Formats: sequence, C-alpha cells, structure tokens
Amino acid sequence: MAEFSIREQIICTAAHLMADGSTAFVGTGIPMLAGMLAQRTHAPNLVVIFEFGGTGAQLTKLPHGVGDSRTFYRAVAASGICDVMEAAQRGFVEYGFLGAAQIDMYGNLNTTVIGNYWPPKVRLPGSGGANDIGSNCWKVISIMGQHTSKVFVKKLDFLTTPGYLSGPGAREAAGLAPNCGPYRVVSNLGIMGYDEQSKRMTLLETYAGIPVEEVLKNTEFEMLVAPDVRTASAPSALELKFLREDIDPDKLYR
Amino acid sequence: MNVLESGVGELFQRPDPHGFRDYVHKHKSQAMTDKLMTEQEAVRRFVADGDYLGTELYGTVRGPMSLAREVIRQGRKHLRLAGQGIHEIDLLLAADLVDTLDITYVAWEVYGISKILRRAVESGRVKTTEWSNAAITWRFKAASMGIPFIPCQSMMGTDTFKRSAAKVVEDPFTGMKTCLLPALALDVGLIHVHRADKFGNCQIDGISGFGFEMARASKKLIISAEEIVDTDEIRRNPDRTIIPYYLVDAVVHAPFGSHPGEMCYDYWRDEEHLKTFLEESADPAKTKAYLDKYVYGVKNHDEYLKLIGQERLDTLKSKIGGH
Repeated sequence: MAEFSIREQIICTAAHLMADGSTAFVGTGIPMLAGMLAQRTHAPNLVVIFEFGGTGAQLTKLPHGVGDSRTFYRAVAASGICDVMEAAQRGFVEYGFLGAAQIDMYGNLNTTVIGNYWPPKVRLPGSGGANDIGSNCWKVISIMGQHTSKVFVKKLDFLTTPGYLSGPGAREAAGLAPNCGPYRVVSNLGIMGYDEQSKRMTLLETYAGIPVEEVLKNTEFEMLVAPDVRTASAPSALELKFLREDIDPDKLYR
Repeated sequence: MNVLESGVGELFQRPDPHGFRDYVHKHKSQAMTDKLMTEQEAVRRFVADGDYLGTELYGTVRGPMSLAREVIRQGRKHLRLAGQGIHEIDLLLAADLVDTLDITYVAWEVYGISKILRRAVESGRVKTTEWSNAAITWRFKAASMGIPFIPCQSMMGTDTFKRSAAKVVEDPFTGMKTCLLPALALDVGLIHVHRADKFGNCQIDGISGFGFEMARASKKLIISAEEIVDTDEIRRNPDRTIIPYYLVDAVVHAPFGSHPGEMCYDYWRDEEHLKTFLEESADPAKTKAYLDKYVYGVKNHDEYLKLIGQERLDTLKSKIGGH
C-alpha cells in the first residue's frame, strides 16, 4: 500500500463524504482540496458553493481563498454573499464544511476567542460565514486537523457556531431551523457522527492502526463509541496521484 | 413585538433610516457630475476622525488598498470599522487609528490568524462586537433598503449572538423566533472596482461579494478603479454596473489599487510581499517599519507603485492566465 500523510487521509475522508449531484459550502483549506478530489473521482457533479458568491465552479486549480477567481472558474453563477447565504437560509444547501479551534460533544464550534471574551487571551478570526453555515446547512461536517483534549473539549471558551447547542431540541428551542445540524467530524484520528437520540458525538471509524482508546484519550468529553467501529478506508493510489500531481503540487495544504 | 433576548454587544453605529434618507436627499447629486479626483482629495473631503468606515473585499481580493493606505497617511483616527477584512484592517489597526470593530472575520485564511488583530484586541485597545458574515451583509442590506432592521435565521443560540447587538423576537406573523439585525449605514465606504466612469458608474467583474449592499449602505462612498472609462463603455454593458453613479462621492484612478492583493481576471496577488508582511507583522517594530516604508514613506499611490516596481507588477499581471 502506498505511503501517505495524515493530512492526505483527512482530505480523502472528507472527499468521500461529498455526494455527487449535491451542494456543499466549502471554506479555505482541506474542504477545497476535498471538493477538488471529489469532483475528479466519485462526484463530478458536486456543486461547490463559496461564500463570496461562486456557485458550481469546476475546480481545476486550488483556490487560495474563498473569493479568488478560481472559486468561480467555469462556475454556473458568480453572485455575492447575500445570494449564497440566502440560498442556505431557505434550505437549498445540503452540506457545510467547517473547521474550528475547539469543538464540544454536541458539535458546537469556537473560532472567536481563547479565554475570556474581552480582552481575550487569544483573539481568533471570528465567525466569518461559519455561524450562518452551521445555522442553515442541512448537514454540517467539521474538519479537525488536531484531535487532542484541548480541541475536543467539555466546554468551549466561546460558542461561535451552533451544533446541537445543549442537546436534543436545543436548536429548535433557540429558534434555529429544525432537522439540520452537525453530521460528521473528520479528525486526524478518525470519523465521528452523532447519536440520533442524544445528539452526542459518537466515534464511527478510526484510521488504520489507531485504536479506539487513542481517540478517547485525546477527547476531553465523554465520546460515545459505535458498537462496530470500523477502519476508515485509506486513500487510493489514484486519489494520492490526483492530490500530489494535480490538486496541490505546491504542497500549500499538505 | 416581544423581545425575547438581547445581545450585550455594543451597537457602534445606531440605525437611523430617516436620517439616512435626509442625508441621501441632501448630499447625493441626482445629476451626473464629474467626481474624478486624487486619493488625497477624496480622503481629505470624505473621511473624518471618528467616522464609521467599511471596506469591501473578499480576503485579499479586490481590497481598496490604495485608499486604505491614504486614510492612514492622513492619520484619520478614532475610526470605527466593519470588520470583514484582512490586510487593510491589519494596517489600520497597526497604525492605531481604530477604536471599535464590528467583527465578523479578520484573518489571513490559509496563512492563519492576524497577529496585529491579536495585539490590538488582547491589549484591550480595540473594542469588539461579534456578527456572522451574512449578518453584517444583511445589516448593510437593511440600510440599503431604508429600513431599521432585518430578520434572519442565523446567530441564535450562540455566544456570537450574545456578543452581538442583535435581538431575538417572536415574529408577529408566524410566532417563530427570529433574529433581528440592526441596519448598518456607514459614514464612509471604500470600494475598489474594475472600471468606473468619471461620474462613478462602476462595474465589477466576477463575484461581487458584498459590494452591491455596502455601496447602498454608505453615506459617503469613495471608489477607486483599475480603469477610468468613457460612459459609453458603461452603457454598452449596463448589466455589469453593480454601483451606479448616484451612490458615489469620489472616483479615484488606481491601477493595481488592490496590491498586494489581487483583482479577478486582472492580476494575481503578490505572495512574496504578503508573506514578508505576515512574518514582519509578528513584531510591532517590524510592523511599524512596514508602515514607514509602504504607507508613510510614499506620497501617493503612484509612488507606492514605483516602490513596488513595474517588473513585479508585470509579473503579477502575467500570472493571471485563464483564471
């Protein structure tokens, strides 16, 4: 089997979660690479949406931000923030891909501050489009490059973007649209989902050679574990070839 | 209408739809008049100390960098900012001209968080109120519609809401909870476009981000343009006019006005310049040296471009290729 890095594994795992013929809000970094890979493999009709207005780009070159010309290269529409955010708010966008500095067991995300709100110990970028994507996309997938107990925490320093908030029914009680929310978490150790009843994060798959205990040890909250934790599929030789030679030859993200 | 929850964030610019109407009626010329001027004149006439200022861009794309540098050169201070931004906000913060920030996202995307934002906010120098990207754009939309607020289905249930100045109410029609965003009218907006005529009819190629909404939510609007064209050229493709003349107060010719950022279809961003700036931004003394060299050390945008050098600019243009 070909050698590959953990980031390549994460990119391929995220790509596998993108369904052909569906819509996905993608942000800078791994989601972009995953979208490009998905379009070249199993999902040529994946419609990628970028928050500054690009819809349906054919991603031939890796964008370096969510607003550069590559985000609407051979797209079907090049509009603006309102158009795409309003599409999500009226229920059109299936998947939203997000990253964060911290995540809790209900899939809530922090990208605002570490420490108190003001003045903070560390000022992070802020919500950007994440809160809108977390509020309004049907299925939210979080990409977390560092699965440690400082990232997978019991309590966020700041709840920037809604997951299931405090548990079942909390999103609806807060006024958010029903039947949507966190769907998967892809970390450097494995793939998590959410328990249907309790809405708590549940370990579904680990990568080859990663025992379940390692995931639990690196999670500060109590992670639920599926009865049959499988081994996640490894990147294929073809996927690695696309990634290395075609998608990110400059190793900007790998 | 029943207010159920209120964010505790400070409202840095209060909605005033009637005041905005009066302003538009008194100050926006209904006739097409020549508004072409230098960036020095535009900033001198239309940016004041204490103004609430907004810049429009997406990451490093189409940022009004030449105008932002002129605001800094003229030392406009106690500014309040709408913070969807990056390099221009870093520079305004580094020059210590900013008191408050309605922040949605200030960072360098793939290159990570802003060290200048960190120093400004962690030291307690700059006060912040939180919003999402859509929320701040919808706030502009509300101002552009001439209404006091706009409802949305974002932000609820989160600390982003708590640290905003939004309110959750019971919608009188459906009974559902909805989040109300206060209209945000800027004292002054800065927007860089692909082409404009001397009256301020502006065309943007590619995506338009939040240019449409912000232009209509600006009391005073300064446009910089890569190219100044005849009105005939605007009239040939009026569907591309995102910003018509009646929104605009000043038009400044600024080729490479987004440098070191890029312009869709026109030139690529200056990675080398940005990487050097990002390294230097970790150190306050080096940040100051950057400002001294690229902002205070040149008289205007022309001198800035000479400092960058034609060869470098030609290279950025040639990198654009098909896309």
